[in-house]
Amino acid sequence: MAVKALQEGYHGEFKDSAEKFGGAIVVYIGWDKHLWFCSPKAFPLDPNMPFGAVVENVLPAGFGAHPQFAEIDWDKVEWSLNQQPFTPDMEKSLAEQGFDHKCLLRMKTPGLDGLHGASI
Amino acid sequence: MSRVQIGLQDNDESRYIVAAIEEDNPTAIVHYEPALIRIENEGHLQINRESVSEQMGMDWDVQSIHVNLVTLTGNIDEDDDYFRIEWAN
Amino acid sequence: MEAKKLNVKEKYRLLTRDLDWEFSYEDRKEAFPYEEFEGIKITDWSKWEDPFRLTMDAYWKYQAEKEKKLYAIYDAFAQNNGHLNVSDARYVNALKIFLTAISPAEYAAHNGFAFTGRQLGGIGARIAAQMQSIDELRHIQTQIHAMSHYNKHFEGFDEFSHMHDRVWYLSVPKSFFDDARSSGPFEYIVAISFAFEYVLTNLLFVPFMSGAAYNGDMATVTFGFSAQSDEARHMTLGLEIIKFLLEQHEDNVPIVQKWIDKWLWRGYRLLSVVAMMMDYMLPQKFMSWKEAWELYFEDAGGALFRDLERYGIKMPACAELIAKEKDHLSHQTWWTFYTFGHAAAFHTWTPSAEEMDWLSEKYPDSFDKWYRPRFEMAAELAEKGERFYSEGLPQLCQTCQIPMFYTECGDDRPDDTCYRSTHYQGERFHFCSDHCKDIFEDEPEKYVHAWLPVHQIFQGNCGGADLADVMKYYKLNDGAVNADYMGSSDEQRWKALKGIA
Repeated sequence: MAVKALQEGYHGEFKDSAEKFGGAIVVYIGWDKHLWFCSPKAFPLDPNMPFGAVVENVLPAGFGAHPQFAEIDWDKVEWSLNQQPFTPDMEKSLAEQGFDHKCLLRMKTPGLDGLHGASI
Repeated sequence: MSRVQIGLQDNDESRYIVAAIEEDNPTAIVHYEPALIRIENEGHLQINRESVSEQMGMDWDVQSIHVNLVTLTGNIDEDDDYFRIEWAN
Repeated sequence: MEAKKLNVKEKYRLLTRDLDWEFSYEDRKEAFPYEEFEGIKITDWSKWEDPFRLTMDAYWKYQAEKEKKLYAIYDAFAQNNGHLNVSDARYVNALKIFLTAISPAEYAAHNGFAFTGRQLGGIGARIAAQMQSIDELRHIQTQIHAMSHYNKHFEGFDEFSHMHDRVWYLSVPKSFFDDARSSGPFEYIVAISFAFEYVLTNLLFVPFMSGAAYNGDMATVTFGFSAQSDEARHMTLGLEIIKFLLEQHEDNVPIVQKWIDKWLWRGYRLLSVVAMMMDYMLPQKFMSWKEAWELYFEDAGGALFRDLERYGIKMPACAELIAKEKDHLSHQTWWTFYTFGHAAAFHTWTPSAEEMDWLSEKYPDSFDKWYRPRFEMAAELAEKGERFYSEGLPQLCQTCQIPMFYTECGDDRPDDTCYRSTHYQGERFHFCSDHCKDIFEDEPEKYVHAWLPVHQIFQGNCGGADLADVMKYYKLNDGAVNADYMGSSDEQRWKALKGIA
């Protein structure tokens, strides 16, 4: 369906198109079963940064406050990118591995399923 | 039959209106909530000018219900002599 | 001999219908240029019925009476230092939300009804919309007036208008009304008069205002019920417009159904904050969100939709999901504000032990299992001086603009975040729910234009990249209006006023 408008061909401006972010892409990151963080978070990231830098810098800033964060075995994390299983290469850049503007990265940490049996 | 409901501010004027409603709608249930009087009845609820006027001891204009009305459900039928809410189902 | 007094029906006819005229030499379509583009077909405006039959003279008379009563109470409230009689200063934070989120929405509604009051082709509907436009202006004025007393004693009230246009969570009510006001007059009136006023505002004004009374706030309950006395008329307009549109032409039925589905969902999402105000922000509890939803929507709304069945209108499909979310909504919303409380224009806190027991009792199927452990953990950390605030910024839903905190309640997996997305013209868009996704997909041309606060911060349009810069842009006085209630200047002032050590 399309919007019904007074004038034919009405189209709102794309407010969040990629070129508006000064070279960064927006990446959303969520940690399954850890509702201590109420929702996934949004980060403006340089698409040329290696995935390893996300693990080293971005994730601790966004999720490091959780007691289970320090226990994560990064080799065992199950990742998905845009809802497809994803095996990251720590050395390669985000762009090289298919990260695009407004993509969704989810991580599952088997064995670390949140606290108190309540997915906290 | 669906329930209709009306809410009135809990004040002096409403007290007379509620008394009239109870008299004219014997199955109505009146709930006293903080600052609010909520009245429910199966199917319909009617407020009659004559009954309210009698309770107040003065002539009551049906449209002045607006001053104390908080909420209602149902289809409305209003005339000089009555105010009625009703569901057709 | 005295002239015969007109009865209410005659008076209504003379003072409403007879104010209209035929267009004998001008083109009627040019006078009402918005009447056709939405696809609604009107064959006979004279079939419009206003059951209240309120004429302008009666309108002014009763509105004046309401105002006199209201301002007498405001005066008494101020003269008697009424703010000292509230149950606890935590309560005042609910009023800050009311003033920053809801009062400006009243103004937006005023604006929208001025538009429909001009553009609808039928005189009866136009007059009803014009009255409502004036009502909405009265509402924001009386609300500002009531809050001005609290503004003398508490933080967070003074920049409500500036904040409404900028602060991240206030884009939720703002965009809701922007969406409605940028629709045509028929969608606007179905959205606001029917879906919002008729089906949903009871939840905002009735149990919350009873709650205000229960918490000793005479000023708020008075403006609330005074406003709600107008709502009874607005609700009636909502029901009448729906019946009128459905009776005018069968082609209107699917259009109206689509609008009801959309706006019931949009309105419900907006009320997330009210759920939280009722369950978490009233120190004296009165009725839970879940109970209010059952009474005012499932019971009263159920009767309404049974009544509309004869026109071919069905209960919106989203009602099923809402019924499942009612056990979770207020807890998830409060947790979001609690964890982002450093960037909110009101204080947050963990519920006391007694309050948690009340929540367990009201939410036996969800609170102890999912939410009590979270709040207890947060309270323990706060006790140790390590009050938790979430770093960074949340992902937002493209349609409702709310952080993506909703979980898969529809699938009985309340501990899995609900992720939905779609592609449109090469860009990916994300949603909190199927319903928000459907709304986007129906009119992507409109929703690509959404001003999402988180993205606006990233684009450098909100004062800077640091939280401190953004707070300045919001005029959100860091250290005074935000963060935990414990240790706030509000708490200190309240204790001093009440003589509590």
